[in-house]
Amino acid sequence: MKQKRIGLTGAHAAALAMKQINPDVVAAYPITPQTPIMERFAEYVANGKVDTELIRVESEHSAMSACIGSSAAGARTMTATSANGLALMTEIVYIAPSYRLPIVMNLVNRALSGPINIHCDHSDAMLVRDSGWVMLFSENAQEVYDNNFIALRTAEDSRVLLPVMINQDGFITSHSLETLEVGEDKEMHEFVGEYNPRYSLLDTDNPHTLGPLDLYDYYFEHKRQQAEAMMHADRVIREYMKQYSELVNRPIDVVEPYRLDDAEFVYVAMNSTAGTLRVVVDMLRDKGVRAGLLKIRLYRPFPWRDVKSLLGDKHKIVVLDRALSPGATGGALYQDVRSSLYGLSTPIVAGYVYGLGGREFTEEQGLRIYEELRDLDDNEPFQRFMGVRE
Amino acid sequence: MNLKELATIDAGLAPGHRLCPGCGAAIIANIVQRVARAKGYELVVANATGCLEVATTIYPYTSWRIPWIHNAFENAAATISGVESAYKVLKKKGRVKKDNIRFVVFGGDGGSYDIGLQSMSGAFERRHKFLYIVYDNEAYMNTGIQRSSATPLGAWTTTTPIGSAHRGKEVERKDLTMIAVAHRLPYVAQASIAFLPDLVRKIEKALDVDGPSFINILSTCPRGWYFDPADTLKVARMAVETNFWPLFEVVNGRFILNYEPKERKPITEWIKLQGRYKHLWEDTPQNREIIARIQRDIDERFNYIKRLASLHE
Amino acid sequence: MSNEKGWKELPIGGRILNPGNSKEFKTGDWRSKKPVVDKSKCTGCLLCRLYCPENAIHIDKDGKISIDYDHCKGCGICSSVCPVKAIKMEEEK
Repeated sequence: MKQKRIGLTGAHAAALAMKQINPDVVAAYPITPQTPIMERFAEYVANGKVDTELIRVESEHSAMSACIGSSAAGARTMTATSANGLALMTEIVYIAPSYRLPIVMNLVNRALSGPINIHCDHSDAMLVRDSGWVMLFSENAQEVYDNNFIALRTAEDSRVLLPVMINQDGFITSHSLETLEVGEDKEMHEFVGEYNPRYSLLDTDNPHTLGPLDLYDYYFEHKRQQAEAMMHADRVIREYMKQYSELVNRPIDVVEPYRLDDAEFVYVAMNSTAGTLRVVVDMLRDKGVRAGLLKIRLYRPFPWRDVKSLLGDKHKIVVLDRALSPGATGGALYQDVRSSLYGLSTPIVAGYVYGLGGREFTEEQGLRIYEELRDLDDNEPFQRFMGVRE
Repeated sequence: MNLKELATIDAGLAPGHRLCPGCGAAIIANIVQRVARAKGYELVVANATGCLEVATTIYPYTSWRIPWIHNAFENAAATISGVESAYKVLKKKGRVKKDNIRFVVFGGDGGSYDIGLQSMSGAFERRHKFLYIVYDNEAYMNTGIQRSSATPLGAWTTTTPIGSAHRGKEVERKDLTMIAVAHRLPYVAQASIAFLPDLVRKIEKALDVDGPSFINILSTCPRGWYFDPADTLKVARMAVETNFWPLFEVVNGRFILNYEPKERKPITEWIKLQGRYKHLWEDTPQNREIIARIQRDIDERFNYIKRLASLHE
Repeated sequence: MSNEKGWKELPIGGRILNPGNSKEFKTGDWRSKKPVVDKSKCTGCLLCRLYCPENAIHIDKDGKISIDYDHCKGCGICSSVCPVKAIKMEEEK
């Protein structure tokens, strides 16, 4: 497929993908650092570049509520938000997957209040990690763009029918200009195709009731269905990643290893930090340290088999969480990675919390992590911090 | 619309729902559906959490024979915004053919006056074409009769109990109909199940206008107000005869008072019909004071609407 | 509960695809008083049917009404609105 190389911020890459998808309905509310997505998309609407009905709601709670109404009415539906906006809509974020509505959301990761902060961390995404959304993370604008198309296909696949969220780092990715390869509108739209909903509230000849009172005699069964759909998503998303990968001629997978084959000391991270860590790995390699990196691109469903097979024989693994789970046995990603490796005798799995509230993560910090852990020989789930002043 | 013809129409809730005997919300839901059917409209309903929602859709049963969605408590208007927007775009794209589909929200006073106020206001301002029906039973009945901002002054609820220090609700109720009016909707009305031709006409009008419309209907609640369900219409009528619940409509900003009792009945006539006011039944100086305050509030509100209506005469 | 459907058999997302199936749930046993229609008085004005919260009043072939006792909860509204007093509330036996 013909592609062109252009410069875009992560936010505008998301907006461009949304334009090419041309959803029926978008409902959103402005919040920093998500705003440039909606501003750019509003321009597409204003100039007639999309057919979308854009609902400029009065809150994020109403944004997700309107998305549910729209998706339940059989319309292809998208939205975008950040941090407190996601927190406000959380009640309804849980309802979307339980109603099996394939809504796609761009989440520009920002720290949750309080105190209020507008910069990047992943506390917003981690707030909803058990809500039942498929969750993709994006290292850069290119991945933001690509993930949108993969997300939409996965969400609407009849084996899945779950909402999907695409994460990108607030400001770091959303506001940084990068070059990326993008396809033509027509071909990108062809990849997603037309949406044929199984159920629609507008089908008045076949009326159905959606959202009844579901008590102890059936609620559990409906949750079990939801769990099953998430298991299917693991397989289905790989199919679309493969298809998409062939279309754009770029390798795309649920995880991305870097210099991992002979690595003894492995970093695990998500989003833009993976880019920094790739440099750190090179620096360590130059010093003769066999360092490597595993980037997690699909966070829910968590690709534990991939993690297990890629990291099972490593000596030391350090998982970097950009969100705090106070009182837990480490950050959320740390827990997932550690659980994936449980029962294997070799790896020591350590965890760091870093970068909260937009605190910069530097190569120096990456190197310091190696220094701090070089001689570590216990495997206690101890939460460490990097980049905070003592 | 002929009431007998309306009654022959097979529309409304299927039997077997779990609303209390004599529930006003059921009567309202049935009449709205019958009127829509009579006019050839097909409805899609969004229902806020509340008695009507809970009691009509206990899985695996539903009493709804039309497309129906419940999302959450505070977001029925935002939900219908999404449904209506989907309709607009899918119709434009030719994927939905029918043009007789209309959108209705049913919300109780809790879901409308209180927790859903913002969602409703937003949907009104955006001019989605839908009808918002409030079935106002003046408290959180579904969770067991807790006060809402629609609970009238002096009324007992489980969160405004009658004690030695405090007796019932101590502040006047919110006026949601006037808040709807402030959105400058094409059609706003207040109605009663005891005045059926007026109610039917208002539902017809509200379904016909191009834009958002709003009808606030007093929904008599035998269980929460403590009266015999057989007295439902007597109680509903008394609310109007005492001016407690004025019948009026606002058409493109123009106020019309639909009914003025020849002789306004004292509010005690309303109070003595309902057990939730039982503590006010005894003639004591303290009760006289609170009843005078209730009377004053009601008269002021009624006279205000009357003055607004007179501006347009 | 063990006779009910397993998760693989249920429509997804908690949807109910049988509109109006609450009819299968009988609420007639909620009743303590029973409306009894005097057909000789009933004029078939149908005001009771318009007001019945249960939609439990049928129109018979003669244009007069009868009560669906499977669902009637005995609220007595029909009796109270009847302009010709054709519906009496009697104690349930």
